[in-house]
Amino acid sequence: MFYRESGEYKTDYKRDMTLYALPISRFAVGLMVLLFFVAAPLLMSEYQLTLLSLVAIAVVGALGLNILVGYAGQLSIGHAAFMSVGAYTAANLVTKLDMPFLLTLPAGGIMAAAIGLIVGIPSLRIKGIYLAIATLAAQFIIEWIINHSPSISGGVQASIEIDRPTILGWKLDQAVDLYLFLVTIAAIAIVCTQNLIRSRIGRAFIAIRDQDIAAEIIGISVFKYKLYAFGISSFYAGVTGVLYTYYLGIASYEQFTLVVSIDYLAMIIIGGLGSILGSVLGAFFITLLPIGIRLFMENVGSLFLEPEALASIISQMRLIVFGSLIIIFLIMEPEGLNRLWINIRNYFRVWPFSY
Amino acid sequence: MGDLPFAIELAGQGVANGLMYSLVALGFVLIYKATDAINFAQGEFVMIAGIVIAALASDAYGFPLWLALFAGLVFMVVFNIGLERVVLRPLIGRPIVSIIMATIGLAAILRGFGPMVFGSAPRGLALPIPDAPVIIGPFFFSPIQLVGAGVSILFLMGFGWFFLKTRKGVAMRAVADSHQVSSAMGINVEKYFALAWVMAGVVAMLGGVLWGSMSGVDTQLALVGLKVFPVVILGGLDSIIGVIVGGIIIGLVEALASGFIDPYVGGGTKDFAPYVLMIIMLMIRPYGLFGRKLIERI
Repeated sequence: MFYRESGEYKTDYKRDMTLYALPISRFAVGLMVLLFFVAAPLLMSEYQLTLLSLVAIAVVGALGLNILVGYAGQLSIGHAAFMSVGAYTAANLVTKLDMPFLLTLPAGGIMAAAIGLIVGIPSLRIKGIYLAIATLAAQFIIEWIINHSPSISGGVQASIEIDRPTILGWKLDQAVDLYLFLVTIAAIAIVCTQNLIRSRIGRAFIAIRDQDIAAEIIGISVFKYKLYAFGISSFYAGVTGVLYTYYLGIASYEQFTLVVSIDYLAMIIIGGLGSILGSVLGAFFITLLPIGIRLFMENVGSLFLEPEALASIISQMRLIVFGSLIIIFLIMEPEGLNRLWINIRNYFRVWPFSY
Repeated sequence: MGDLPFAIELAGQGVANGLMYSLVALGFVLIYKATDAINFAQGEFVMIAGIVIAALASDAYGFPLWLALFAGLVFMVVFNIGLERVVLRPLIGRPIVSIIMATIGLAAILRGFGPMVFGSAPRGLALPIPDAPVIIGPFFFSPIQLVGAGVSILFLMGFGWFFLKTRKGVAMRAVADSHQVSSAMGINVEKYFALAWVMAGVVAMLGGVLWGSMSGVDTQLALVGLKVFPVVILGGLDSIIGVIVGGIIIGLVEALASGFIDPYVGGGTKDFAPYVLMIIMLMIRPYGLFGRKLIERI
């Protein structure tokens, strides 16, 4: 009833190529804009806004990883390493060259993309498990290099402190300002990804994912597009790293360890591989999960546990719930939250008639 | 750099440690050989076995050592059978990313579960082995290293014999080759999947005891699992002889790199060098020294 394609005639090429073709999707986009750009800053507390900012950062990273893993089918366990490349690039440019914020953002992305291209080179020869292990190695090697070169990592602690960013005189020092900026970037990332996937590049990615030899036979340069996938994905990761650095006010390799790579993989698995909405939902889910668990444990667990015991159990509970969720989703709903949403939508498509 | 005695000394240590890496990597290879599943939780298997045994043998539970070891063995066997049944079996035939992520999820669960049930404080695991170093020619070893290396060789040879000579071993190789054909030939494929996981559990339990008594037992023990990948890539994902050779090479590289490069770069080469070697191997021979080269058809 709500989601109907009928009556929508694409009478010219312009309408055929619109990103949001249905009235309902235009309405939904408008509603989302209203919700996240107007309602949230007005109604939510500062703490809630910082949480949403974290989600917005994670959305960018999850989209990047989904382009590589979900669309192009190249498994990567080194996403966080590319984030660290972006983070340290931006931090060094700001502290040493005093570059403006808006320049460091793409600079971090481009640097990460360059490193991503190098890591992507082996993908021509190896795939599947071998590629996964190669990216795992990239994670360790990049982490080690950053950690052991004082000129990159800024000394003993391997961390660089930076100021809050300023855009053309607008200093983002309040939670609201930072939130608005981050959510704008996340929105841009979503629209860019939607367009990328509809383009020649995106279709080539999908062809390679489904059967790379067949893709090569029909004339897709597999190597070129695999490198594109690594480059674009790493660019997103680099931007995520820069945003994260500005959000925290410090670039530190501890924020970009293997655990973070796995978190991002979990986001796209739980959200749905090869789906933009899935990346967004997964980013929400995984980012807010530890907070949900903490709230739950503090309210329910405190009934039968001592405060000290509770503190240590929360971090262990997080691991257990996190792992269980991944496994449950893989077994019960391999297409993730995105599939759940599509099921709901399809139900209402013909509602109230179930046929 | 002309420090030959030092290099020889390091090499001895490296080989002994490398053989113990082989033991941990063997669990990975057994599972990959039979079921095509990639187990990213092998290090966590070792960790949970170590934690269970150390906790049972400690004063809190007060089991005698042999009983704790036996209980650990039973725990790992039961746990792995259940695991295969509940988690891995529904995932057969799914894309590789699913199986990898499932084992990563499993690793997270084990990392949370072990400390939650048995406490997160590090424990020692004392085996009845003397502490005094053993000197063989130019090499110094701690006795536990020798025992570890010996047990590793014993088990690696044992599994080599199992796969080559016994009826079950041959059946398992058939299962690894093709699930469908071996099923048509009357082999109970699911039984052999379970058997592979049980064997991996036994190997992990041994690894947990040996590594645990060398370095103490806590969640850090799972880091041993990170050495599995260089070892199996070097040797070949499905080769037992490859595990031995890969383990020794990785042990050697690790020991020599940390001995000679660490002073210049300030530590950490131990974890770094094996992965560099692995990347080089992936570029030259992705299927490893002894692995089977896969030919892909559409």
